[in-house]
Order: sequence, then structure tokens, then C-alpha cells
Amino acid sequence: MGAIYILWLRELKRYVRSRVQIAASLAQPCLYLFAFGFGFGAVFRQSGRGSYLQFMAPGVIAMTVLFSAVFSGIAMLWDRQFGFLKETLVAPVSRLQIMIGRTLGGATVAIIQGTIVLGVCLLAGFRPQSWVALPGAFLFLFLIALVFAALGTALGSAIKDMQGFQIVMNFLVMPIYFLSGALFPLDNQKMGMRIANQIDPLSYGVDGLRGMLTNVWHFTPSTNLTVLTVVAGAFLLLGAYLFSKIEV
Amino acid sequence: MISVRNLVRRFGDFTAVKEISFDVAQGEIFAFLGPNGAGKSTTIKMLTTLLRPTSGSIQLDGMDPNVHQKEARQRFGIVFKDPSLDQEQTAWENMELHGILYHVPRKVRATRIEFLLKTFELWDRKDSLVKTFSGGMKRRLEIARGLLHTPKILFLDEPTLGLDPQSRNQLWTHVKALNETEKTTVFLTTHYMDEAEKIAHRIAIMDHGAIIAQGTSAELKQQTSTDSLEAAFLALTGSSLRDESADAKAGLRQMAQMWRR
Repeated sequence: MGAIYILWLRELKRYVRSRVQIAASLAQPCLYLFAFGFGFGAVFRQSGRGSYLQFMAPGVIAMTVLFSAVFSGIAMLWDRQFGFLKETLVAPVSRLQIMIGRTLGGATVAIIQGTIVLGVCLLAGFRPQSWVALPGAFLFLFLIALVFAALGTALGSAIKDMQGFQIVMNFLVMPIYFLSGALFPLDNQKMGMRIANQIDPLSYGVDGLRGMLTNVWHFTPSTNLTVLTVVAGAFLLLGAYLFSKIEV
Repeated sequence: MISVRNLVRRFGDFTAVKEISFDVAQGEIFAFLGPNGAGKSTTIKMLTTLLRPTSGSIQLDGMDPNVHQKEARQRFGIVFKDPSLDQEQTAWENMELHGILYHVPRKVRATRIEFLLKTFELWDRKDSLVKTFSGGMKRRLEIARGLLHTPKILFLDEPTLGLDPQSRNQLWTHVKALNETEKTTVFLTTHYMDEAEKIAHRIAIMDHGAIIAQGTSAELKQQTSTDSLEAAFLALTGSSLRDESADAKAGLRQMAQMWRR
């Protein structure tokens, strides 16, 4: 238990201490929120769907959690490079504990980032359907963070250099974001797009978050919960397996 | 304390370590010397559970590190060739983290951390982030950390790499003092012959994966009829250069230097 706690705490400390990173990682969601939110707002309203800000705010919050969670896992590249990873891998604790501590730390940081962006959305004029729905929204925030922090750990264990990191960002994380319905509605889409949506685990997170916050659902709440829980379990297993295979 | 018999490690067709055998007694300082690529680091990795031997046996304090992995890890401390500190945490936090990972009880932890940081002259910088430390300070902190859980064996893989003579001298003084007071067995590798000559009780010279000579510094000099350890070393290993191939990690290191992280 001690090992999980101290490694979780380490992720948190690193986050709180790197103010530049906090600012930089919040700039991107804000850019999406303001550029897209105001840019597409008029078109969205004309098509009779109401406020685009109301629609995309949950998507941008989900994006923040996605990027932050995956990135924390891939930050393992730095630990590998600076050797700190080795210090934990020769310690007399199981690798599973180390992996869980790191992953939970990354997920916690992602939830904090998501919460801050939720605050930014509120400042920009976003209003949830009711404040009572917030705990439900945080449940989905937590699941998204867990799914992608576990994926990040798996990727961080498998990737060995910065080129790999670029490939993952461009060909995995960005598609996960764009195909999730974070920026556009999922209904009335063509077949190919629908299939892509349904494969993308983030779709269920975005839908759960949006459903809780604005009461607009594409899937059902129970589908969202089930899919996210199953995928989180699968990614945690994958992460644990790949992490156990790391050679120092 | 350490007993190795016919240890072999192959990577595909390449044999990095060939049938080596040696013993290190309790409280002894044992130096492993050899040119680049001789197999020293591979041997240390096998001794410290990071790499499985292809064949042969290892006993650390009477136990096989590959069978009783956790128990073995609890019994040794290691300072790697590359730094392994968390740069974004303070000296104290690095020690504390190590203490928790190695199950050092809370009360013992605090006093032991204080004792070691004072011994290694880092106490007044305990709350500074490690990234603000000089190379010598980082090295000292790593050794202090490796000793935190009172290991029976301390592995030092080229601990003085890149340090100035003052830091090197000071570092060995501390290691020697702890070897005498706590009876810690020390297993080290280095490229500096004068260091090995000064501090090691016994020396093994490794080349092309095999141990080609072992004994005290005097014995090695006598065996090669030379008057310095360096001359003995060159007589044994020849004077041709060894090239190590760059791996993915070296590339990454270069990348990070460019990014200044």
C-alpha cells in the first residue's frame, strides 16, 4: 500500500510544482473552447440545435482529461530516460503496485485538469442542467481518466523513444478525440463514422459527461458505464502486462 | 556474501558473459575492472535481479536472487551507472520515497535519513530540488539513498563517472567509512585504476565476457611483472579500443539534452 501511495503522491507533487505545464496544458482546451465554440456557434444555432457552447463544453472537458491522462502515462519515457524508473523497478515491491500507483496518480492529475476546465467553461457561460447532476458527471470524468491513464501506462511501457510518442499522439490520441463526438453530434452520421464512434471508447465518456451535464444522450447511461468500466479493466490489464515486461 | 558459479549470459548469438566464477566475502570491497563492453554491467544486472542469467548460479547472502527476488532486493543497495534520482523532488523526498519502497519503518526512516544526509554532507540542502544539485552531490545522494535500508551489499556501477577529483576523493572516503562502520560489502566497477588500487581489497579484471585475472592489487602487479595497476590492466587486456554501439536509450538521452528537460 505504501508504495502505491508514495508513487501516487509523486505524480501529484510533480503536477503541482510544474506551473508552466499546468498553464500550457490548459491553453489548448481554452483555444478549442473559444475558437470552435464561438466560430461554429452561429452555424450550430441556425441548424436548430441551440447553443454550441452548451454542446461542446463537455467534449472539451473530456479532451482535457484524455490528453492529460495519456500524457502522464507517456511521461514514463522521461522517467526511463532520467533513470528514476529503474529505482522503482529494483525496489522490493511488485511491479503491479508500481503500475497502479503511477496510473492512479496520472488519473488524479487528469481529473484535476478536467475540473479546472469545467470551471473555465462555467466562466465562458456554460450552464449544467442542474447542480445535482455534478456527482454523476464526476463519475464519468473519473472513468475517462482511468481508461486513458491505463492506456497511457501501456503505451509508455511499450514506446522507447520520442518518435514513438509523436506517432501515438498523431495517429491514436487525436483520432480518439475527433471521432468521439466531442465536437459534433453523433446522430444522423454515415455508416463509417457511426462504426468509428462506436469503437472509440471516448465516445461513451463524452456521451456520459454530456448526458449528465446537459441531459442530451446518444447512448444510454448504463451502456456508457458498462463500456467504460470494461475498457478500463482491459486497459489496466494490458498496462500491467506491458509494464511487467519492461527491461531496464 | 556473493558467490557466483559458471555464470553465462547470451544475447542471441552473442555471449556477453562467459562462465565467470568469483566470491566476495562479507565486509569486503571488491572491484570489477574491464574495458567498455567487457560485460561488467551485464554481470551487475544479473546480480541485481534485472536480468536473468542464461545459465550458472548466483548466491547473495545465501539466496538465489532469481528465486527470492524481493528478499534479495531488500538485501542490496545499488547505484547505477546512469543517474536514477527524481530531479523534480527534494533530496529528503527522494530518500523518503526510497524508504517507503524498501519498507523501512517510519521512525527508523527519519533518523536514518538524517544520519545519512549528514554523513554525505547534504543535510543543509535536504529541501532543495535535486535538479539544482551538482554532479557530485547527486552521486552522494544516490549512495546515501542506496544505504538507507541498511543493505548487506552495496553495488556501485561506475559511481565516479564524470566527477572531479575532489568529489571522487570525498565519495570514496564516505564509502570506505561506511564499509568499516556498518560492515557493508561493496561491489564496484570503475575505469579509474588509482581508485580501485586505493579502496578495493580485491580486484577482478574482465575482458570479452570472461574474468582473466583476480586477486589483490599487489598480486595482479606481480603476476604481470608491472609496477602499477594501470600497467597490469593494459598488459592483461591489450591496448586496442573497444566501441560500444549506441542504443535507443542513448538516442533518447541526446534528444532530451536538446530539449533541455
